[in-house]
Amino acid sequence: MDSALGLHRFHFAFTAAYHYIFPQLTMGLALLIVVLKTIGLRRNEEHYNRAARFWAKIFAISFGMGVVTGIPMEFQFGTNWSRFSKAAGGVVGQTLAMEGVFSFFLESIFLGLFLFAEKRLGPRKHWWSAFLVFLGSWLSGFFIIATNAWMQHPLGYAQNPHGEIVLNNFSALIFNPWVFWQYFHNMAGSVVTASFVVASIGALYLLQGQHQAYGRTFVRLGVLSGLAGSLILLFPTGDGQGRNLARYQPAALAAMEGLFHTTQGAPVAVVGQPDVSKQKLDNPILLPGMLSLLTYQRWEAEVKGLDAFPESERPDNVPLLYYSYHIMVGLGVIFILVTVLSAWKLLRGKLYDCRRWLWVLMLMLPFPFIANTAGWMTAELGRQPWLIYGLMRTSQGYSGQVSSGNTLFTLIGFMGMYALLSILFLFLVYREVAQGPEPPQKF
Amino acid sequence: MEIVWLCLVTAMITAYAVLDGFDIGAGIIHFCAGRSESDRRKILRSIGPVWDGNEVWLIAAGGTLYLAFPRLYASSFSGLYLPLMIVLWLLILRGISIEFRNHIESPVWKPFWDVCFTLSSALLAVFYGAALGNVIRGAPLDAEGEFFLPLWTNFGVSGEVGILDWYTVPVGVWAFLTLTQHGALWVALKTDGDIQRRCRRIAQAAWIGVALTSALVASLTILVQPRTWQNLTQYPWGWVFPILAVSSLIGILAFCRAGNDEWAFFSSCVYIAVMLMGAVFGIFPYVLPSNTNPNLGLTIYNTATNRYGLSVGLAWWIPGMILVIGYFVFVYKYFAGKVRMDDDGY
Repeated sequence: MDSALGLHRFHFAFTAAYHYIFPQLTMGLALLIVVLKTIGLRRNEEHYNRAARFWAKIFAISFGMGVVTGIPMEFQFGTNWSRFSKAAGGVVGQTLAMEGVFSFFLESIFLGLFLFAEKRLGPRKHWWSAFLVFLGSWLSGFFIIATNAWMQHPLGYAQNPHGEIVLNNFSALIFNPWVFWQYFHNMAGSVVTASFVVASIGALYLLQGQHQAYGRTFVRLGVLSGLAGSLILLFPTGDGQGRNLARYQPAALAAMEGLFHTTQGAPVAVVGQPDVSKQKLDNPILLPGMLSLLTYQRWEAEVKGLDAFPESERPDNVPLLYYSYHIMVGLGVIFILVTVLSAWKLLRGKLYDCRRWLWVLMLMLPFPFIANTAGWMTAELGRQPWLIYGLMRTSQGYSGQVSSGNTLFTLIGFMGMYALLSILFLFLVYREVAQGPEPPQKF
Repeated sequence: MEIVWLCLVTAMITAYAVLDGFDIGAGIIHFCAGRSESDRRKILRSIGPVWDGNEVWLIAAGGTLYLAFPRLYASSFSGLYLPLMIVLWLLILRGISIEFRNHIESPVWKPFWDVCFTLSSALLAVFYGAALGNVIRGAPLDAEGEFFLPLWTNFGVSGEVGILDWYTVPVGVWAFLTLTQHGALWVALKTDGDIQRRCRRIAQAAWIGVALTSALVASLTILVQPRTWQNLTQYPWGWVFPILAVSSLIGILAFCRAGNDEWAFFSSCVYIAVMLMGAVFGIFPYVLPSNTNPNLGLTIYNTATNRYGLSVGLAWWIPGMILVIGYFVFVYKYFAGKVRMDDDGY
């Protein structure tokens, strides 16, 4: 791989993966805060308002991190991917500009009100400010997914003689069939992250024997929303996303499943390590016929393997794509098991006292972050070698005039900066968690 | 249509400069003007609820530039790779300084973030000014419309230039002084007592610098970019920019002396806006001229996307902006008046 290309790819991948740690938490958390505020308003109970205020503090810290790490994402389209921007900016610029105009303003303005003016606004208006923050953050997710969906499955464009890709159908861009499943799949993933974080902190409080009432609220809320989110991840959104892949990106599907050869009655590999040079899966544990069934609803259907595609059209990193996908799916299954069992215990009134199970809930905290990151890696690696599927290769899109030395310089800069940010973030969140939802009166 | 979009993008960049300008300015004076903890809390509180929304104008303006003039976005962002990355790091440092400072009561923690906040704000102002200088001077564009500038070469303005040279550095200094004044006027508007008096003094001191550097930068600009003079003679209505700039500059001093903080701050907004618009007017129809071969310069016509994209963009941009202006009017009215420390944020 050309080293400048490789560095530009890693530059974007690193900053994007780091950035997305925060939005996946805040988008889901925004929804849960609205739920808490709604219960507080309906039942007129201060307990829920305090719970909402506690999560608003964590939200504010994470949101700040999301903002400062998000601005580099927009800049990088120009700085690191200038040839892509030059060719396709007229299309992806639409959705990115809409994100700025319709969601970031909404989100940031009402977050200012939400955080700084609770007393002055009064409960009803404060609820609205929370709701508008939620709306803004979910809209922002939509515009980003619409941008990505166009790169996965370009529609509504024309190519002019200079090789420029211009928009000729706006509604095809916004209502791209790829957007729908990808958006809800992604948002369900975000809800799962926030739910497990909330449940995990609740479990921590119960295990430590402090803030018991809040601990129970957090565990209950986290388990129930986590259950809903995990189920939606599998069906219908994951299923819909899988069918889109089978239809529009069959080479990516084959690589994700580690299916090297076109097979009738293709199996799902639960475990196995792809060996690309020998074109086979080592140590496989297979569920025979499952892949055919899931993709085409028939046990005997033929599924195309990697050998059905010329080498220049296969994803360029099959093992990493395969593992990303398997980690995502494996963790998704674990999330369903954990939330179903937790909900069962909750119904029988045994969850809050079952210390062993609270330990499990507490330790689940990092896994949704891993699953969401692996999910995005699956989407992005699966699209390779294309930057815009079928239209522009990744190797044609980067800023050729930015030398690899300069890219490495800024990559190292970002790594150092983000290492520092991580320490600060963990430290501040730890303090809030240690202080709990009922802090001593402020100075 | 291209001219319409040039005006819209200019309006958004101007909004960014005027709005984020005052919170960057507040950052520059933060360490010196805020002598006590309560002063510094007041300065931070005066920008606390709005700085994030102000910064969104940068993202929104960037997105709009990307949509309307993709080739300009691609070329300038990759060519100005290094200064933009440094701007990003400064924005990160500045953002976390504001957000994290008040989390811990400690004589070690707070001053550390105060210094970070002031330094990053000051450097941002200088880099924004230098970036503006680079756009006016032009870049060594090749036939593909690409270029790459190192941070500095021989500090000259022709041939193999760098980001910093004898033209762009004075523009950076000018931007620093202008935003210092702008921020001081804002804080004076939002506070009272000692800190207000101190801010008025800072604004008046900065004013002398702004007046001197404005004169210097204006003459250097005509020298470095003769097109500006040419445009003024070709379209005499363009004189409105220098005339307004001079009168608003006088207004700043007069109102500030009279203790009329509202009008002094408003004059400063006008001053920044007309200076930026004047720069866009000065290099029109170029948006990034070439400093080697005029034919290779980027204009609004050779960088715009297709007509369909521009029209459909306009269809959502207008209602979108009406909403945005609505939010801003609402929130600024809500937090209008002197800073109140009673309704504690989180």
